[in-house]
Amino acid sequence: MSDWALIIYCGLITFLTRFSMIALLKKEMFNDRIREVLSYVPSAIFPAIIFPAIFLDNNGLIHLENNPKILAAIIAMGVGIFSRNILATIFSGLASYWFLIFVV
Amino acid sequence: MNSNFKIFLKGIIDVSPLMIPVVPFGLIFGILAIDIGFTPLATMGMSLIIFGGASQIVLLQLFSGGASSLVIISSVGAVNSRHLLYGAVVSEHVSDLKLFWKIIISYFLIDQAFARSNEYFKKSNDKNKYFHLIGGGVTCWVIWQTTTFLGIILGSAIPEKLGLSFAVPLTFLALLVNDFRKMINVIVIIISGLVATLGYNYIPYKAYVIVAAFAGLFTAMILTKIIKKI
Repeated sequence: MSDWALIIYCGLITFLTRFSMIALLKKEMFNDRIREVLSYVPSAIFPAIIFPAIFLDNNGLIHLENNPKILAAIIAMGVGIFSRNILATIFSGLASYWFLIFVV
Repeated sequence: MNSNFKIFLKGIIDVSPLMIPVVPFGLIFGILAIDIGFTPLATMGMSLIIFGGASQIVLLQLFSGGASSLVIISSVGAVNSRHLLYGAVVSEHVSDLKLFWKIIISYFLIDQAFARSNEYFKKSNDKNKYFHLIGGGVTCWVIWQTTTFLGIILGSAIPEKLGLSFAVPLTFLALLVNDFRKMINVIVIIISGLVATLGYNYIPYKAYVIVAAFAGLFTAMILTKIIKKI
């Protein structure tokens, strides 16, 4: 398969995952119970991206000792809980990560 | 000022803080794609046609590892399966729109715009509230294309040692700050995170994201039911 064909297929499948539910579901299908469960979608998906990126190394192995990302993520989380500010959360995490890898 | 434009602007403003980590992410993508051997045109093509950071990085990772096209396409589908849930959440708010707008909204249904517009949709009763999602999506689109382009040009002038890829999990962490105070959310977060981390190597085709998401949602379904009974 050529590079361009691969890119177009990947683009199509990405679009279809975004489009299919919007196209298929109707407003009448929703009730309070479904809405309640769906309100947990961010909490159910984002950790699946966050945790592996923090706890796994480049080879996909669990990396707990001497892992600056864990401490940096905990600091960012603490800042996030208290400030409820998205920017403060991201920057405190990056700043502590750089402090841990460059200074400590 | 036209009220649709106001909603569009609010979408831009709401999503802006989340755009800062997109800058290094886009740069890294551009640099990696060229490094792996894609032409500058194909690299731009990926950002324009796919327009999804995680999908594009997975494409690069598997392509450089010599995976077959079928594995690459199905893995991109698995990574993207989270959009099925975003679509399900958003569909309630856009179900009366014309097909044209549904297609536009689908193209712009990215993580950051979804997260911010989902909060907005719950509060707003405006029938044109979908402009909020388009505002957020367009903002990210402009930044994603620009930084991909800059990554292609700058190449390896940006040191890998900075660990800028860590900005990606931090973005998603920042999106959950309001959920860390709620007990059920915290349990759902831990379950999903554990399933993803432990299943990363064992669940084929990078499907760990959607497996973990369903484990989390299933947990939420049970916990919300139990708590109501008490």
